[in-house]
Amino acid sequence: MFDQLFLIPFLTGLCLAVALPLLGCFLRLRDEWLAALAYAHVAAAGALLALIAGFVPMLGGMGAAALVGGGKQFFAQRIERSAGGAAFALLLLGGWALAVLLAANQPLAERLGHALFDGQLYFSGSDNLYLILPWCLLLIPALFWLSRQLLLARLYPDYFQARHLPVWPVVTGFDLLAALTLALATMTLGVMGSFALVFVPPWIVFRRARSWHQGLLLAALIGVLGYVAAFAIALGFDQPFGPVLALLLIAIGLVVA
Amino acid sequence: MNDLLISAEQLVAGWQGPATAPLDLALPRGKILGLTGPNGVGKSTILSALAGRAKCYAGVLTLRPGLRLAFQTQDIPPLSGLPLSGRELLALTGAREQGLPPWLQERLKLRVDQLSGGQRHYLALWAILQAPADVVLLDEPTNNLDAAGTEHLALALRQRAAEGAGIILVSHDEAFVSGVCDQVQTMRVAPHV
Repeated sequence: MFDQLFLIPFLTGLCLAVALPLLGCFLRLRDEWLAALAYAHVAAAGALLALIAGFVPMLGGMGAAALVGGGKQFFAQRIERSAGGAAFALLLLGGWALAVLLAANQPLAERLGHALFDGQLYFSGSDNLYLILPWCLLLIPALFWLSRQLLLARLYPDYFQARHLPVWPVVTGFDLLAALTLALATMTLGVMGSFALVFVPPWIVFRRARSWHQGLLLAALIGVLGYVAAFAIALGFDQPFGPVLALLLIAIGLVVA
Repeated sequence: MNDLLISAEQLVAGWQGPATAPLDLALPRGKILGLTGPNGVGKSTILSALAGRAKCYAGVLTLRPGLRLAFQTQDIPPLSGLPLSGRELLALTGAREQGLPPWLQERLKLRVDQLSGGQRHYLALWAILQAPADVVLLDEPTNNLDAAGTEHLALALRQRAAEGAGIILVSHDEAFVSGVCDQVQTMRVAPHV
């Protein structure tokens, strides 16, 4: 596993195995866990569009996700009055439909489409690691810094208005962080591999943790343990990584729950 | 009058349109003002207008510049299923633990969703009541509280006011309002509603 060939993919995924469960806790706090799938599908569609247009797919995926994440509040307010649940479902469907149509009609996009949905962790190069490592080093402290504000916005939504404080920088800032992180994760772990890390560890710790801070630490720990085990099993038995990770996390979740 | 934190003259508030009768009120530092009246008269709407949520359609509303408000609505914070301890909940708003009743003090380590409904409500209310603020707005704070909770709340409100905060509370519990408030205003039904 620690062969040079696999070390870089392993380290790249490890960064995401810490960051995605933490992000998932905040998405679950905001009842927005569907956002993980929505942003991932939009990023996949953006990457394929960029590929066809002759641009770098990574930039296309991140650009599309950033556009949707930054504009989420705007669209959600027009689609429905309260939470962004319907907005995420529409984004998910739109991203999926566009990505599948592009893959079906463009031979070049077909291969990348499969890679994006199934994951291409083993093909991650050092350029990917040099992008994901600093991003995660930025994301994790940013999430801890935003933690109090996001909890307040969820539990006491009037807190900001009553103190004449704007809440939009907190909410939009988080949406952007979430969208860009999921775009990066989708292009490394695939749509479902990323979703498994965003969804399952938070689902476990919301049931079991005794406090918010313990929950965040446990979520990251479960993500790392699940990831390391899945990486070793998938490599040892020559299996695709994403499904092994998802099954392993589900098994951990069922045992703990 | 320098102690005046909030004043309103002929204030008419509402959400999509005017929903309250014109109201005059003045809240000095260290005083507790109670708003009562029948259901639908717009008590909660007035509180929301003071907090900047509802619209002011007529009259003049003056808030002391830089005023810090803390606002407890009747909406229960969505704490079910959330791994948040009582201590963490208080830390969110900067509320102090000192003064909590013993039956809550000893449960602060627990997740809030493991507390009883009344305990959870009181803790969520305490997080607002004891948050650093110049004015505390409370909407039906005695809901879900038993006699011990209501009695402790009355003491806490007087203590908060004695420290200089202005408090406006809306309640259907007339005995509680008359027992704890320095001034009580009964709102009347708006003629156009």
